[in-house]
Amino acid sequence: MKQVMPHGGFTIVLTFVLALILTIFPLPGWAEELRPLWVVLTVIYWAMALPHRVSIGIAWMSGLLLDVLLDALLGQHALALALVAFLTIRIHQRLRIFPLWQQSIVIFVMCFIYSIIVLWIKGITGVAPNLWLFILPSVTSAIIWPAVFIFLRQIRRAYRVN
Amino acid sequence: MVLDHRYHATNFIRSTLSVVVDPLRYLVNLPFDITDWASQSFVSRSTLQEENQTLRIKNELLNARLQKYASLKAENANLRSLLKSVDKNEESFEQVLVAEILSVDLDPFRKQIVINKGTDANVYIGQPLIGAQGVIGKVVHVGHMTSTAMLITDPSHSLPVQNNRNGVRGVAVGNPKKNQLSLIHQPTNTDIKQGDLLVTSGLGCFFPPGYPAGKVTNINTNPSLPFAEIIVEPTAQLDRNREVLLIWPSHYQMAQEHGECVTPGNKEKKQ
Repeated sequence: MKQVMPHGGFTIVLTFVLALILTIFPLPGWAEELRPLWVVLTVIYWAMALPHRVSIGIAWMSGLLLDVLLDALLGQHALALALVAFLTIRIHQRLRIFPLWQQSIVIFVMCFIYSIIVLWIKGITGVAPNLWLFILPSVTSAIIWPAVFIFLRQIRRAYRVN
Repeated sequence: MVLDHRYHATNFIRSTLSVVVDPLRYLVNLPFDITDWASQSFVSRSTLQEENQTLRIKNELLNARLQKYASLKAENANLRSLLKSVDKNEESFEQVLVAEILSVDLDPFRKQIVINKGTDANVYIGQPLIGAQGVIGKVVHVGHMTSTAMLITDPSHSLPVQNNRNGVRGVAVGNPKKNQLSLIHQPTNTDIKQGDLLVTSGLGCFFPPGYPAGKVTNINTNPSLPFAEIIVEPTAQLDRNREVLLIWPSHYQMAQEHGECVTPGNKEKKQ
């Protein structure tokens, strides 16, 4: 069996930086509540494509960065992202052979779990926002998933990240 | 998470990670800075002249009012010395620093802003932020080059205020639904009317006294309610300002030296 050398770690970091930037990029007021969960999508993609490289640790670290970036309680996004990464790694082989629309449904469920955990922590520590407004990002994430998937796959192939 | 919520024990981790996060915030802000710079650099001469003219007139007017203020201040000091009472507003000129709000979106369900000053400018947690028209908020987390501030309309923010007309004190809490505050725990027979100006009372050790906070817009004194429902509109334009003022209240410096919080109230008691 050919030994696969890890390659393109920098590219992975760059995609995470891009996701973090998109997360805080100013949007008009009505679109703020529709903002897709960019970091979650990025974590799911890399955990699905390269589960041996991007796993729960990376998800936890990017979650911590997200917490500091959004000035949330330290660890809430980290916990939710680590769980999402764990679930993705559990089903990554099934997820890979799904058609895109079917993947989108799984993505919706993942984002929903993520949002529920964040909502739950917010509810315990302060004021919980409206649940229905809070799951809107999961819907937009599922809708935008095919585009994100194709974009990240192009990047992975172009820069031969493995 | 419990450590962060209850004891704020993770401030060290947070400020370390902010070394990574601050450049990201500046990067997101960059295109907006460039468009700002461009729109400022390519202004016609006549527009600038007009603006200069209006600013000059405004400056003249403000200076004229300031003259009056000086004589009023002298008169106030005189009257106070007759009454043998200490001037509460002697600390009316605090050390200030202009900070700029970065164009960065945070959690849409909370009312927070990011400003471009951090520990490098001696910003501290709990520092008050004011605008030209009134109180804006207070710093909640400090990074190296940026800090996050909570607006007074955030549902977890409470602001000690008093009525400018008669000195009735109260606590104004952020309203989660709109950009408003509600004055809580006021009895239904309270002497607060529509249009009253509420100013900060200086209690609670965060905000210096006397800054305008909001105007009462709606009041419901239905006797069947346990408390009056009072809606307050903030005087500061919270969603329109680009620049804010960070202030270092003098009682904060005193608190640093004496190791306790000194409000104007208990300062008088000591003397």
